[in-house]
Amino acid sequence: MSPAGREGSESALPAPYEGPNGTPHGDLTVGDIVAERDFHLTRDSLVRYAGASGDFNPIHYRDDVATSVGLPGVLAHGMLTMGIAAQPVIDWLGDPGRVVDYQVRFTRPVLVDATDGALVRVVAKVGAVDDDSARIDLTVTFEDETVLGKAQLRIRL
Amino acid sequence: MAVNPDIAGREFPPAAPYLVGREKVREFARAVFSENPINHDPDSAIAAGYTDVVAPPTFPIVVQERTLAQLLAEPDAGIDFTRVVHGDQRFTYTRPIVAGDELTATLTVTSVKSLGGHSMVTSDSVIVDEAGKHVVTATSTLVVRGDE
Repeated sequence: MSPAGREGSESALPAPYEGPNGTPHGDLTVGDIVAERDFHLTRDSLVRYAGASGDFNPIHYRDDVATSVGLPGVLAHGMLTMGIAAQPVIDWLGDPGRVVDYQVRFTRPVLVDATDGALVRVVAKVGAVDDDSARIDLTVTFEDETVLGKAQLRIRL
Repeated sequence: MAVNPDIAGREFPPAAPYLVGREKVREFARAVFSENPINHDPDSAIAAGYTDVVAPPTFPIVVQERTLAQLLAEPDAGIDFTRVVHGDQRFTYTRPIVAGDELTATLTVTSVKSLGGHSMVTSDSVIVDEAGKHVVTATSTLVVRGDE
């Protein structure tokens, strides 16, 4: 089935990335970009994630609560940012079973404007390669600043 | 109240089992902007070698959350949840979660550190299936802000 009720706000699913050798997971070279995608987060996205994850902290949907605890406004859930950031890599890999480790550090919040939302850009690059695995480094930015630190997936080749 | 450093090493009782539903996987997948058929369509998942739709890689947070709730509620831990910020998150997988899994998570506090007036509480939640086999370990570092 096609996902029902999407906002239609995210960019279209990209074509599978063709690796340097014309195969999706051919010889990887450190520095290769394997996937990239922009995500348009809206307040709807945050409410949807709250329901799906069970994280109903009101700083993710109420401006009054967010500002009362000293935040500049409603923030995306860190785990939503972590969740979307993996998607371009999963789509490139095809099989999520090849991800053996995924870690991030939450370094900067993503402020989601009530009208305009927030544009989050994900770029996935090969960070390291050995015989049977590779490290994919994610650069995740909002308003030209990185929001996740040490965002890395280790994948089985 | 400061975080009690003596909780380092403490293992909590296993949380109540979590039965992974197909529609929950789809709902979570939509929430993280996945259009990948392996998350939505059982036939695609079966063709890829799985028994049912596959959960996205951050889905284990839903199961881990039950154990973090135990930690935050621990009377002598001294963790004021209104001061908690999520610092780091990591998942180490043996296999992806699929619909139909019945998962049990057990949390162990691995370290409590102080840094610049804040406390950093790191815990591992080991998630196993109904056969007791390892599925994924979810590791969180919670930063508990000190008094201003």
